Amino acid sequence: MTETRFTGTDRYVATEDLMTAVNAAVTLGRPILIKGEPGTGKTQLAEEIARGLDRPLLQWHVKSTTKAQQGLYEHDAVARLRDSQLGDERVHDIANYIVRGPLWEAFDQEVQPVLLIDEIDKADIEFPNDLLRELDRMEFYVYETHETVVARHRPIIVITSNNEKELPDAFLRRCFFHYIRFPDHETMRDIVDVHYPGLKKELLEEALKSFYDLREVPGLKKKPSTSELLDWLKLLLAEDVPPEALSSDDRRKTLPPLHGALLKNEQDVHLFERLIFLNQREGR
Amino acid sequence: MLIKFFSMLREGGIKVSLTEFLTLLELLKQRVAGYSVDQFYYLSRACLVKDEALYDRFDRVFAAHFKGIEALFGDDVAEIPEDWLRKQLERNLSDEEKAQIEALGGWEKLMETLRKRLEEQEKRHQGGSKWIGTAGTSPFGAYGYNPEGIRIGQEGSRNRRAVKVWDRREFRNLDDSVELGTRNLKVALRRLRRFAREGAADELDLHDTIESTARNAGLLDIKMVPERHNAVKVLLFLDIGGSMDDHVRVCEELFSAARGEFKHLEYFYFHNCVYEGVWKDNRRRHSERMATMDLLHKYAADYKLIFVGDATMSPYEIHYPGGSVEHWNEEAGATWMKRLLNTYPKAIWLNPEPQQRWDYTPSIRMINEIMEERMYPLTVSGLEQGMRALG
Repeated sequence: MTETRFTGTDRYVATEDLMTAVNAAVTLGRPILIKGEPGTGKTQLAEEIARGLDRPLLQWHVKSTTKAQQGLYEHDAVARLRDSQLGDERVHDIANYIVRGPLWEAFDQEVQPVLLIDEIDKADIEFPNDLLRELDRMEFYVYETHETVVARHRPIIVITSNNEKELPDAFLRRCFFHYIRFPDHETMRDIVDVHYPGLKKELLEEALKSFYDLREVPGLKKKPSTSELLDWLKLLLAEDVPPEALSSDDRRKTLPPLHGALLKNEQDVHLFERLIFLNQREGR
Repeated sequence: MLIKFFSMLREGGIKVSLTEFLTLLELLKQRVAGYSVDQFYYLSRACLVKDEALYDRFDRVFAAHFKGIEALFGDDVAEIPEDWLRKQLERNLSDEEKAQIEALGGWEKLMETLRKRLEEQEKRHQGGSKWIGTAGTSPFGAYGYNPEGIRIGQEGSRNRRAVKVWDRREFRNLDDSVELGTRNLKVALRRLRRFAREGAADELDLHDTIESTARNAGLLDIKMVPERHNAVKVLLFLDIGGSMDDHVRVCEELFSAARGEFKHLEYFYFHNCVYEGVWKDNRRRHSERMATMDLLHKYAADYKLIFVGDATMSPYEIHYPGGSVEHWNEEAGATWMKRLLNTYPKAIWLNPEPQQRWDYTPSIRMINEIMEERMYPLTVSGLEQGMRALG
């Protein structure tokens, strides 16, 4: 049993609640639904589970036009019609025109794979409902060839959502659910440590302080997230910014250096400049 | 095992299904959780709660069950002891007496005094003119009369002028299965229909296919188009309870007609005026609120906004923070109305109150002003005018 427990990887810090939820899903072979602020590593989780447990990873990125059927298989009738006009031999076997979708591929793997269904909320409202049976029984029927595809090993299915649409109850009932909270100071230090092991301690402390202060500013349209912090740190390192430049004395009076990596919204930058202006006036 | 926990969760408003509960037991059997309480907590949460908004509630149930704490769920507002307010005596005041009662002064003073009184008073009180109780002439309490009174613990609305209702009145959901007379309303609503093709291309476009195939020298070239459906999107806000009780039937009819007519119809309930929260299920109006701010972000500006309400309320409820009769609102109703109208330029207010009475109710005039005169009576002709304004 030990090798099937997910405990995070060398480049992904998993909190205990996340590990528990993932392990529950792995044990029972049920899908796990992951929600959370953008940039908290929802999509990355699937890659890391695959890496951590040494399983193949299959990905299905959902768009607004994606249909549930495309995940199973598609019957390319148009190609068959064309072939029939050209007198191609392949036309006699309908199986030649069945294109497998990611779910079929996942069901057909030799070892238990990890399947990522990314941003399920982008699709049509009916999309999750159309996958109920497939996710529950891990099998589906191919009408064209009259065969039933059954999963050899129940894949570990990781589903991410950004909450743009509500998911139906029946669907939720079949999943485990985990909401990735924004990491606290401690966890964040671990995360940064995993990504930039050589980071000078004082620079990291100042940068984190400055980052959390920035997140505290009320009224920001888009709060900077973990991935933005990591980008910002990379820039700070590349530019070789000294820790003093981030020190607390003038943090309220100037924008942090290279703020473009943290604030992605014009209005937010304006808001911030206004606040700094007010602070400077007060200080005088 | 854990059955009490299961039923407590359901009582606490987390709709755990039996299969989810069995899944949890299965996991325990497989020893996924180990033996620590923390692990069990994470495990049961991943298993039973499917919405981060319910995490807090789950935490409270969990704490209550595993620490033996008796907790009250859903009620954050202090309950006023019931027997203290029980209706026993109802005094009919003469007009003369009414005239003698002066309002205590402005709104802020009234609230402040109430807060003080609540602290001072500990026993049930009846009659008299200072303490909170029933049938007295103090501005606080129920079944009495004071023009600026705050009503506490009173079932019906006696004169519909009280500034604050502390009762948690529950109203049944507007039933949309009523078909009576909805036909007229449907015809009027049909004005809003506008068909458009949207979404994935999954319908065969026969005309284009033939044309392209011909141009392709007979080689088949299939063209697809998206399905055609009503592209008009509507946000419907329904006032519920209080003075709206008189108009329930006609609102039910409208609601039922609107449900049949639009594919994109989102409806929300509010009470008297829109504030920071609205709700979808009236039975759970206190526990399952949705932030109006989220709503503004969630639905794009091409939604059309329809308010249905009698706009009959105390002017405080529109223009003062804290003026709502049900809760403490940080920002005035007018502010929220303006926010909504700024986001959704196409908006109307349908009023079931007869039009000739509008001028006599100050709050209707105020709402009409906020709506920039886009208030229409809830009749077939009024609906037609309204739809024209939206179109």
